[in-house]
Amino acid sequence: MKIAIASGKGGTGKTLVSTNLFYSAQQAGISVALADCDAEEPNVAEFIQGEIVHSEIVSQNIPVIDVNACVFCGKCHEYCNYHAIVYLPPSGFIQVVEELCHDCGACLVACKYGAITEKIKQLGQVRTMAVNDQAKIIEGSANVGVYSPVPVIRQTIRELNGESLSILDSPPGISCPFIATVEKADYVVLVTEPTPFGVNDLKLSAATLKHLGKPFGVIVNRAGLGNRDVYEWLGQNEIPLLMEIPFDKEIARIYSEGRLLAEVIPAYRIQFMKLLDHLKCQKA
Amino acid sequence: MKVAITSTGNSPDAKLDSRFGRCSYFVVYDTESHSTEFIPNPNKDNVEGAGPASAQLVASKGARKVVSGEFGAKVKSLFDSLQIQLIVIHESEKKISEIIELINTKN
Repeated sequence: MKIAIASGKGGTGKTLVSTNLFYSAQQAGISVALADCDAEEPNVAEFIQGEIVHSEIVSQNIPVIDVNACVFCGKCHEYCNYHAIVYLPPSGFIQVVEELCHDCGACLVACKYGAITEKIKQLGQVRTMAVNDQAKIIEGSANVGVYSPVPVIRQTIRELNGESLSILDSPPGISCPFIATVEKADYVVLVTEPTPFGVNDLKLSAATLKHLGKPFGVIVNRAGLGNRDVYEWLGQNEIPLLMEIPFDKEIARIYSEGRLLAEVIPAYRIQFMKLLDHLKCQKA
Repeated sequence: MKVAITSTGNSPDAKLDSRFGRCSYFVVYDTESHSTEFIPNPNKDNVEGAGPASAQLVASKGARKVVSGEFGAKVKSLFDSLQIQLIVIHESEKKISEIIELINTKN
């Protein structure tokens, strides 16, 4: 089963939930993998250490246009859905905007004059770290300046292989990186906080997941902060409240020291185990 | 010489559009004939790549200079290779007619 831990707003506690869920499952002897899909800012490895057992470079192909062979027919420009080829026939100008290329290969098919070849552009890497025989971390990390982390996220998820539980720590927001993560999940846990920002972004995430047809529930982190709006909204929309994590300085302290709540305070391990049992019954 | 200006509307009284790729209109002003052409920006609502597509549009209109509030990283290098000069105006309240006046006094 694959469970994605996501949120609209950043900093609501996705990594707190996913690392503690991972730890609790591991303690219970469940074979588990945690995929850090927040490839622009991976941080799971700051909480859980493992030995690197596999490392893979993620790259994409980028077209290279030979202007001497090019007859300026404009076919490649026409085939490109992403406006990645700028083409000005009167001035003999044609250029690839590398950041916009999605590596679909359409321009190669379009060109009948052999003017397009491809080069490889490195986007990032995916590292698998073994915590023990039953537990591993898979970390996707995109190179700084890469336009989209999506290919790195896809490769991160591909490295999962049949663990009985896979936890996907999603990037924040609701754009392509979020979609690339949650589309592979059987169930999505949205982590929010009871503040106006938290509620606003929760609504956006919920609408996106409904559109995708993904079952989901909500964890309210920093409960006690802000107001009751989030609870009212969840009730009105019949969205399950899976768990509450209190607004507590001690939790913040443990987290900021890079330690795991469920390890330091066993009562939380029990809570995360309960959450896990509950999630197992949710499988679509 | 032709100068492209990003505009929020299709009249000389409209204000400068501070965004290049997703502006509402492009004004192409000819400094010799003093004619202006307003072109609705077809790339305004592109999911991505609005900048390069707009760069292609203004270049195809023969503009040698482009006036806007800001330019993204992807179009800067494109305009460099096209040898088109970028002019940034931070006063977003400026009207198109005022910008045209400025261009005329500079020439």
